[in-house]
Amino acid sequence: MSTFYFIAFLSIFFSILVISAKNPVHSILYLILTFFTFTIHYILMNAQFLAVVNFIVYMGAILVLFLYTLMLINLNKESEPVKPFMVKLAAVFGAGILAVALVSSLKVLTHTSDPVVLKNPNLGLVKNLGKVLFNEFLLPFEVSSVLLLSAMVGAVLLATKEKEPKPTI
Amino acid sequence: MNSVANTIQAVPLNHYILLSALIFSIGVMGVLLRRNAIIIFMSVELMLNSVNLLLTAFSVYRGDAAGQVFVFFIMALAAAEVAVGLAIIVMIYRNTNSIDINVLNRLKW
Repeated sequence: MSTFYFIAFLSIFFSILVISAKNPVHSILYLILTFFTFTIHYILMNAQFLAVVNFIVYMGAILVLFLYTLMLINLNKESEPVKPFMVKLAAVFGAGILAVALVSSLKVLTHTSDPVVLKNPNLGLVKNLGKVLFNEFLLPFEVSSVLLLSAMVGAVLLATKEKEPKPTI
Repeated sequence: MNSVANTIQAVPLNHYILLSALIFSIGVMGVLLRRNAIIIFMSVELMLNSVNLLLTAFSVYRGDAAGQVFVFFIMALAAAEVAVGLAIIVMIYRNTNSIDINVLNRLKW
């Protein structure tokens, strides 16, 4: 039980560091640590498939993509001008109000305070999830493959340089 | 495997909701606070991940596998979104030599 609270503390700590780090590379490295704590959360809930997918897709693919983009973009320290203080204060205030609203709406739900019990121990295993995925959710699965294909085509189309500038109207 | 499953049994569902709400709010704060487009993207990823964690917690709580399948779909969606978004950021950088989002006010009326 105390494992959960320790990992939850680490998640919040690293996610605060993500948005407060000055250097974008440090920010990405903290994001990797945050995703690692999420993987530990999934393992604690015995969702093994999601833990592995989170590890591979998020920490492996998406963050490498972020790092490559930062490498393509020549980053220098003064490239991000600081916002005025009032705007920062307003941003923190707005997000704080959102947090207070979410937490206080949680207070109404008193009946959800019973513990998370793993009723079916092999709920998150690959065998069980695969059966659900390919029976009930077969159509969304195929549609998501089309989505990934279109995203790949779009990314290649956007990121390639144009050979000659088209005449602008 | 039972020892891992027993570890989680004492954690109330409220605390999972609390954790996810806090991380979601931190993501919102990052979007509002920073001007670097890449860090804004990372804050969006943070928000998506907090929702994923909450969906998994509810799925375990209800004993229903559909929640975890939805998390899988959200991950595929996030991958597609990041690929297109980062390509757009690279293109913006090529045109304006900056990834400051305040430069992008040409779409304003």
